[in-house]
Amino acid sequence: MSAAPHPHDLGADPSAPLIDLPGHSSRGRLERVLRRGEFAVTTELSPPDSADADEVRAAAEAFEGWVDGINATDGSGAHCHMSSVAVCAILTRIGYSPVLQISCRDSNRIAIQGAVLGAAALGVGNVLCLTGDGVQCGDHPEAKPVFDLDSISLLSVIRMMRDESRFLSGRRLTTPPRLFLGAAENPFAPPIDFRVPRLAKKIAAGAQFVQTQYCFDLTMFRAFMGRARDMGLDKRCFILAGVGPLASARAARWMRANVAGVHIPESIVARLEGAADQKAEGKRICVEMIQALREEPGVAGVHVMAYRQSRTVAEIVAESGVLSGRAPWRRSFVANMQPVESLEGG
Amino acid sequence: MTRLAPCAFEPRGKRPPPERKPRMRLWSVRHTALLERVYARFEAAVARAAPMLARVGYDRLERPTAALEAAVKGFLFDCRMCGDCVLSNTGMSCPMNCPKAMRNGPCGGVRADGNCEVYPKMHCVWLKAYEGSLAMRGGAAIAEILPPLDHGRKGSSTWLRLARETASA
Repeated sequence: MSAAPHPHDLGADPSAPLIDLPGHSSRGRLERVLRRGEFAVTTELSPPDSADADEVRAAAEAFEGWVDGINATDGSGAHCHMSSVAVCAILTRIGYSPVLQISCRDSNRIAIQGAVLGAAALGVGNVLCLTGDGVQCGDHPEAKPVFDLDSISLLSVIRMMRDESRFLSGRRLTTPPRLFLGAAENPFAPPIDFRVPRLAKKIAAGAQFVQTQYCFDLTMFRAFMGRARDMGLDKRCFILAGVGPLASARAARWMRANVAGVHIPESIVARLEGAADQKAEGKRICVEMIQALREEPGVAGVHVMAYRQSRTVAEIVAESGVLSGRAPWRRSFVANMQPVESLEGG
Repeated sequence: MTRLAPCAFEPRGKRPPPERKPRMRLWSVRHTALLERVYARFEAAVARAAPMLARVGYDRLERPTAALEAAVKGFLFDCRMCGDCVLSNTGMSCPMNCPKAMRNGPCGGVRADGNCEVYPKMHCVWLKAYEGSLAMRGGAAIAEILPPLDHGRKGSSTWLRLARETASA
């Protein structure tokens, strides 16, 4: 790709936070891309069951130059993996823009606030606040479910740390974390009528961007967006629609039955079933979905979740054409880079 | 034997049998408008009784009142005695019955049939909360953001705290 990087997206050193911009609450790239009005692409990295940082680097390289943010999941599906904070720290050292995921399932307010400070100190600029799946669906169903906070109180706690420079206890921070706050929303789960008011609640609690659950049902998603626009929510937060390739009709049925909150209409399963190459068809459905979502007013970007198919993310983004020739950050930008201070022009 | 999925906020003394059909708390959610009126009267009565309660002594009243409150609200709402009752914000559906103890709304894992992700045979507490709030005069309170629970209040009487707070206000 020939497009040049936006000067605001380059720092003096790829692993250092970017220069402060007015009206921005973080020093990360994802917020800048969204605030410039570009259609953003984020993806997710499943942390390895390993103590080897190279495995994280190898997984992230597949996304390089194609995404504006990489979510590092936090014990997704209640399964144990490398921690999100550690994965994010490995990614910031290279220059990637990670999104720290925090699940309320595994730690209480003391541990969570500590992790937020630590992650910010390690250069993480984005946090996604989640309640988390129940422990029953994971590999340690006998674990104690913590749930000391919920996703909404978690948002309000981190916003308090950032904006009021204090812990929930009231104790002062010497340096507050500079973070772009995110939340998740599932437009496809009951109570459907409460999903948009719930999004409003998350925004009121501090959410600046939202990544939704997998969208396989455009009709439902459009209804959700319509109500969100009626409440003006698309103006108050960046809505990134969740998408992903289904590997086969069998995988789709398995997900529908076993992954909490995933809604896949029968028409999608039938389309996969009827295809000669189900994997290619799954990818095509994902590409078409991204192109349709790009046309939906109020959608600020897409969040591509390709579980065990991370190599296909770049292909999907390329084929969908949503970047419109724009090139997200990649390491090759760094070599002939000027210091940001001179680009700013004082 | 089927395993019981662990729950974040344990009830008084025992774990909930997840297969149990919750009877009374669903009735309560269907009659939120009535309960809201009853509760408003009750709150006013508690506020009026505050000086008398103060003379008897809140410390002396705490244990019997908490026991009474646990019995009444346990019957009506399957109350877990979190000590910070928010039923007026949650459509009279006790949020501490949610296995994730969510106090600000449903999670994203609610099943297509409206049942809980953790307890597949239980109605989502927040689905019921939303239904209940629609019938309440003050149902819009469901949009209020509630702070994290103060675990130090667990087991204590919300009624007495209310009386004490209205008296000192």
